[in-house]
Order: sequence, then structure tokens, then C-alpha cells
Amino acid sequence: MAESRGATVEFRSVTKRYGDTIAVDRLSFTVPAGRICVLVGPSGCGKTTSLRMVNRLIEPTSGEILIDGQNVLAEDPTQLRRRIGYVIQQTGLFPHQTVADNIATVPRLLGWPKERIQLRVDELMKLIGLDPGRMRRRYPAQLSGGERQRVGVARAMAAEPPLMLMDEPFAAVDPIVRERLQNEFLRLQRAQGITVIFVTHDIDEAIKLGDRVAVMRLGHLVQYAPPAELLAHPADDFVAQFVGSDRGLKRLSLLTVGGVELAPLDRAKLDGAPVLSPSMSLRDALAVMLSSEAQEASVMEGDRYLGALTLQQIGRMLRVDEPA
Amino acid sequence: MTPGEPLIRWDWIASHAGEISLRIGEHLELTVIAVVVGLVIAFGLAFVALRLPALSAPITGTAGILYTIPSLALFAFLVPHTGLSVLTAEIGLVSYTLLILIRNIISGIRGVPSDVRDAALGMGYTTRQILWRIELPLALAVIFAGIRVATITTIGLVTVTALIGQGGLGYFILLGIQLFFSTPLLAGALGSIAFAVVADGALVLVQRALTPWTRLR
Repeated sequence: MAESRGATVEFRSVTKRYGDTIAVDRLSFTVPAGRICVLVGPSGCGKTTSLRMVNRLIEPTSGEILIDGQNVLAEDPTQLRRRIGYVIQQTGLFPHQTVADNIATVPRLLGWPKERIQLRVDELMKLIGLDPGRMRRRYPAQLSGGERQRVGVARAMAAEPPLMLMDEPFAAVDPIVRERLQNEFLRLQRAQGITVIFVTHDIDEAIKLGDRVAVMRLGHLVQYAPPAELLAHPADDFVAQFVGSDRGLKRLSLLTVGGVELAPLDRAKLDGAPVLSPSMSLRDALAVMLSSEAQEASVMEGDRYLGALTLQQIGRMLRVDEPA
Repeated sequence: MTPGEPLIRWDWIASHAGEISLRIGEHLELTVIAVVVGLVIAFGLAFVALRLPALSAPITGTAGILYTIPSLALFAFLVPHTGLSVLTAEIGLVSYTLLILIRNIISGIRGVPSDVRDAALGMGYTTRQILWRIELPLALAVIFAGIRVATITTIGLVTVTALIGQGGLGYFILLGIQLFFSTPLLAGALGSIAFAVVADGALVLVQRALTPWTRLR
């Protein structure tokens, strides 16, 4: 990861009440700088409310939220929001502005000089894979769903914020485009080192994108852990059920072939066995081995033989704890 | 009309060219003042209605009542107070623009998608910036639809104000009726129609230039 210029975000016993209803109840957790924290849970669990309290679109009833140690409630909301990227599901692109003008929104609010804005817009358009020459003057209505989401992300990143808030940004596009957008987003986030708080109801998305996953239910934080930990040791039945009965398989997709202690099998015995690379996920390795009906596979790094991976080894990784 | 008399006597038109252009100018002036003043008042009232939703119904309701008063009756009612003046004419003309303008400004601004407003707020636009840079531009197409209807209605109504001596092209219609002479009557009527068509076309062009994003897809 590049040197992080991301912010640390800390929730301290944050509560939001609407009359007698408690939307968010004493939420406390910390997002380390430069990491992606995914808030996940069924609808009505308080995840979006929690997100919107960070940039004060919703004011907490009690508790505090600190960005790099500074309480957001002590800041002017407008100034605060200009320092925080914001991406939403329906994109919220301005239909009457071109792609370039949309991306330039926050830099313009901050009064950047024109030349700097234009350089930044071109840079971002290239980063998200849109040719500036061809696309700069297009309006949002002339873009595909995927392109619109990309512009939404670029717009949020334009003023180089240390923190981005993303509310189901990829939920409205089809699965193939979603997967591509997720991969691009991960690449961008790693490169820029931005801290991200990401809301989704999709546990697979949470596991794929999150460095930390916060599972919420009825306004409570049920578990806050790295995805592999969440899958291996769900805190209770609710989390176990929410991550799905296939959580063992899901965990395989987080582990790589290189991370397993390989069996020192004689290479001659592996004649005709499938060949795997150490960077492959165990889930993909399993798929390759099952489809070629092999009990073992040889792991090669380029021309170098590293050892063998057996179905039994994968099976051992599949076994995960039952909730305590 | 005398039998054998042609419907239009071009020599009359030619000899009254100066007066015709004078009356067209007058018609234009009465219309522009009515629509511009109407817009200013309508924007003010629409903003009040948007900020204080409780006042929305009374405001559009009052504008609706004004709109239903027959124009002749309204002028008859006003003349004892404000005389046969431009003011009398404009009070009537402006009143008739209000309903459509207020309604379209309100629905245009309310029609701005909530995700657009949410994104603008979340990125650090102030409420005022949202109004001027987001809501008004996006409401422009609907507001312009209102301006077009208000303008055409006003151009038609200006002919009626001829009865209180402020008629623009309506003057020729009255003259034609009084003299039982078809040429000025037709000049006034067809002139008003042509004027309305040209004004509407001009407004469409202005709107297109101002809202290029509405013609995509």
C-alpha cells in the first residue's frame, strides 16, 4: 500500500434516536487510516444512518465521531463535507453538468485555480478509464450505468479527501459491471491510500472489499473483524446466518494457495495433475481440482516447483468454527 | 361589411404601417412587463411556498382564484381605482400569469431528484448554492414551459386591454368592429396570433440554448 494519507475515524458511543426508536445504539469502533471499513447488515440495521452521521447529514443524538482525533460536531458541516468524499447508489450526478464539471465539483467549491482543476479532472478520468478527450463534455445521461458510477467515484476523490463515505455505490449495476467496478475501486483505493467507510447489504461485497467488516443489526454493532476472522469465527448465530452456510467456501476465496503449507510431494507423481500458481485463491484452486477430478495439484511459481496442494489440505481450511 | 369589399385592403395596411408597428411595440411592451413582473412575484411566492409548505396551498389557491376572474370583469373592477391606465392593464395581466408561473416554479424545483440534492449537500454545497446552482438550473425546463404558456396567454389578453385604452394590436380589432371594416380587424387578430407564435418559438430557442442537457439521450 502507498504511504497512507487516509484519516483515522473513531466512533465513540454514537447513538441516534428518532423519538422512541433507536436507530443506532452506542456504536463504537475505529477505522484505521487507509483501510476500508464495510458496514453491513439487513435493511434498517442503522448502517446508512451511521455513515451519514460522519459528514453530519444526520446529527447524532449523543456520542462523538472523531476524524484524526477531531470531533466532527465541532466543525462547520459545509467545510467538513468538502473534506470528505461522498458516493451514493443513485450516483447523484448533476444532470445539467458535463462529466468534467461534475468531477470538478468539490475543487471548485474549494476555490482551486482553473488549471489545477483541469489537470486533476483529466488525471481522474484516466484513472477511472474514461478518455478525457472523448468524454469530458458528455452529460451524465449520455453515460452507461457503470460509467456513471465511475464518475461518481472520481467526483468524490477529486479534492484528494483523506476519507470517503460510500453508500451502496455499486448496488444499481449488473453483477458483471459490479465486479469490475469493485476491482477498479480496490485498485484506486490501494493506490491513493484513502480511508473508506462503505455501506452495503451484500455480505459478499463486504468480504471482498473490507479490510474490516462491521456487522450491524437493529442499531447494534454485532461484530467488527477482518473478513477472514468473521467467516472463521462468527460472533453469534445471527452473524453466522448472515454470512451464509457457505462461509467456509467464502473464506477460501480470501486465502491464497501460497498461504498454505504445501505438501513436499515428489514432482514425478504429479504428472498430469493441474498446475496452480501461489497467487491463486483457494476457492479457484478447488474449482480447478474438482473440475479435473484431481486429488492433488502442483504449485508452480514460473518454472519453479513449490510443492503440492491436496484436496485434504483445502478441506482442512474449509472447516470453520461454529459460533461460540 | 360592404359586399364586394375585399377581406383585406392592402392599401390601408400600407398607409397605416407606422401605426401598426407602434401598436406592435405597445403589445410587446405590455406583454414583456406582465411576464417579467409576474416572474419576479411568482419566484418570490414560490420560494415562500417551498420554504414554508404550510403556505403552499394558500398561495397557489389565491393565484388560482385570480386566474378564474373573467378579464373584462377584473378590468371593470379596477378602472374606478386605477383609471384607464397601463397600471390597470398590468395588474390584470400580471395576475393571470401568476398561477401557471408559481405552479411550474414549485413543481420544477420539487422535481429535482432527491439523490442529486443529497449528493450536493453531502459534498459541501450550502443551501443557497444548491438553490442557484442545482435546483434552479434543473427546474429551468419546467419553468420555461410555464413562461411559454404565460406569455401566450398574456399576448391574447393584451388584445382585451384595448377596451381600457391599452390594447396594442387589440386596438385594431376594436377599430374593425366599430367601423365594420375587416382589414384592421384581421390585421389585429392575425397580428396577435403571429406575435404569439413568434414569441413562443423564440422562447423555445432560448430554453434550448439554456438547457442543452435536456435534448440528449
